[in-house]
Amino acid sequence: MSAEPRLEATVSLRVNGEDRQVHVEARRSLADALRDALGLTGTHLGCEHGVCGSCTVLLDGGPVRSCLVLAVQAEGHDVVTVEGLGTPDDLHPVQHGCLEAHAFQCGFCTPGMLISAVALLAENDDPDDAEIREALGGNLCRCTGYESIVAGVRRGAELLRLDGEG
Amino acid sequence: MKSPPFAYLAPETLDDVVRGLAEAGEDAKVIAGGQSLLPVLALRLGRPSVLVDVARVPGLDTIDVVGDEVVLGARVTHATLERHPLVAAHAPLLAEVAPLIGHAAIRTRGTLGGSLAHADPAAELPAVAMLTDATIDVRGPDGTRSVPARDFFVGYLTTVLAPDEVVEAVRLPARGARVGDAFAEVSRRHGDFALVGAGARVGLDEDGRVAELRLAFLGAGSTPVLDVEAGAAAVGRAPDAAVLGEVGRAAAARLDPHDDLHASASYRRRVAGALAARVLATAARRAGAAS
Ligand SMILES: Cc1cc2nc3c(=O)[nH]c(=O)nc-3n(C[C@@H](O)[C@H](O)[C@H](O)COP(=O)(O)OP(=O)(O)OC[C@H]3O[C@@H](n4cnc5c(N)ncnc54)[C@H](O)[C@@H]3O)c2cc1C
Ligand code: FES
Ligand code: FES
Repeated sequence: MSAEPRLEATVSLRVNGEDRQVHVEARRSLADALRDALGLTGTHLGCEHGVCGSCTVLLDGGPVRSCLVLAVQAEGHDVVTVEGLGTPDDLHPVQHGCLEAHAFQCGFCTPGMLISAVALLAENDDPDDAEIREALGGNLCRCTGYESIVAGVRRGAELLRLDGEG
Repeated sequence: MKSPPFAYLAPETLDDVVRGLAEAGEDAKVIAGGQSLLPVLALRLGRPSVLVDVARVPGLDTIDVVGDEVVLGARVTHATLERHPLVAAHAPLLAEVAPLIGHAAIRTRGTLGGSLAHADPAAELPAVAMLTDATIDVRGPDGTRSVPARDFFVGYLTTVLAPDEVVEAVRLPARGARVGDAFAEVSRRHGDFALVGAGARVGLDEDGRVAELRLAFLGAGSTPVLDVEAGAAAVGRAPDAAVLGEVGRAAAARLDPHDDLHASASYRRRVAGALAARVLATAARRAGAAS
C-alpha cells in the first residue's frame, strides 16, 4: 500500500492456489472480497462480528474468521476456502466423512465446520472427540445438535489417515 | 453489519506508524489482529477515520530471551504463545493461558499487543502481564518509553497509551527457580470471555516458606486487578492450604466486581475467592512446596 491512507485499494492474494486481484474499499472484509468480488460464495456470513464461525477460511494455513480480516490485510497472503478443499467428484476426506455421517441439515455452518476440521487435522491427524469438540467450539450450528458433525470429522480423520497410508 | 468507511495505511516502520497516527489525529486507530477492533466497527461502536496497520513493520513478531527477560513483540499472536518453545521454557503461564482466549480462529490473528492495548478487564493477558510484573514498551513521537503493566491499565478499555503511541514489545522477567505460576477461570462456555478469573505467583525461600506471593484477577473490576496486600499477608509463612485459603478469601473480599446479565457481584466475589485458593495451591506446588 502507498504511504497515504487509502479508502480503497487493489489487493493481490492467492486464493485456492490461484493468484487473484480484487479492488475493494478498505472497510471490506476478506469474506466480502471472496464472496462479492471473486464469486466464492461457499464462505458464509452469519454474524459478521466473529461469533458464529461460518466464515472461517485458512489464511497461510491457519484458521481465521474472514469477517475479521480486512481484504487489504490479505495482500500477499494465501487463502483457502471451502471451494479449495475438494471438488464434487473428488471430495476432501473430511467432506466425505461429513457426507457419510449426515453432518449437516441446512448446510449454512458447514463450510466453516469443514475448514475448522481441516485446520485441526493438519495439526493432529488422530483427534479424540474432546479435541474435535474443542476445535469446532467456535462454530455455531443451528440444526444438527453437533453429534453428527463430530462423527463426520472423526470419520474424515480416519479417511485422511487411510489416504496417507495408500 | 458492515464497518463504516475508513482509510487504511500500512507503514513499513514503527516511526511511520507513529507519524501516520499523529497526522490522522485523534480518530486514528492502530489495527493488529483486528479481533477486537473489527467487531467494534462492525457493530458500529466506533468510527475511526484511519486504521494504521502494524502488520508490515518488521521485528514485531519475534520472541527472544535477553538476559533474564523474555521479550515478546507486540504482534506475537495468541497461537504463537501456545506453541513457542521459549514461551514454554521461560514464561509458561502465557502458554497455559493462551488456549483460554476465544477459539482457534481468533487466536491465529489476535495479538499480545492488541490484547493489552484493548484492555478488556475480562481478558486473560492483561491480568497475566500484571501478575508476572511485565513491562510494556511503547513507541511515540518522542521515542520509546517503558510502562510497568501495573501502571498501564487505567479503566474499562482504557490505558495510558496516547492516540499517537503504539505498543512495541512486552518484557517479562523469566520465571526464576522456586517460583510457580497458575491460572484458572470460570466461563459459561469454553472460549467465551470468563466471568471471573484468577492468577497466582508463589515464590518460596530455601526453607520452603513464602518469599513472594502475587494474585491477579480478571472480570473483577473495570481493569485487571493486581492485589498487593495478598503478598504482605503471606510472606514468611508456610504455604499450607489454610494460609493460602485465607489469603485468597481476603483478596476476594477486597475486590469490587460488577453485576451484569451473566453474574452478580457477590457471585463473582465468591468464585474469585475459590479460584484464588485453587491457583495459589497450584502455584505453591509448582514452586516446589510439599503438598
Ligand atoms: C469471538 C471472540 C472471542 C474472544 N474471546 C476472548 C477471550 O476469551 N479472551 C480475550 O482476552 N480476548 C478474547 N477475544 C479478543 C481477543 O482475541 C483479541 O485478540 C484481542 O483482544 C485484541 O488483539 P488484536 O491483535 O486482534 O487487536 P485489534 O483488534 O487489532 O486491536 C484492539 C485494540 O488495540 C489497539 N491496538 C492493537 N495493537 C496495538 C498496538 N501494537 N499498539 C497500540 N494499540 C494497539 C487497537 O487500536 C484497538 O483499539 C475474543 C474475540 C472474539 C472475536
Ligand atoms: S460471519 Fe464471521 S464469525 Fe460469523
Ligand atoms: S446445518 Fe444448519 S446451521 Fe449447521
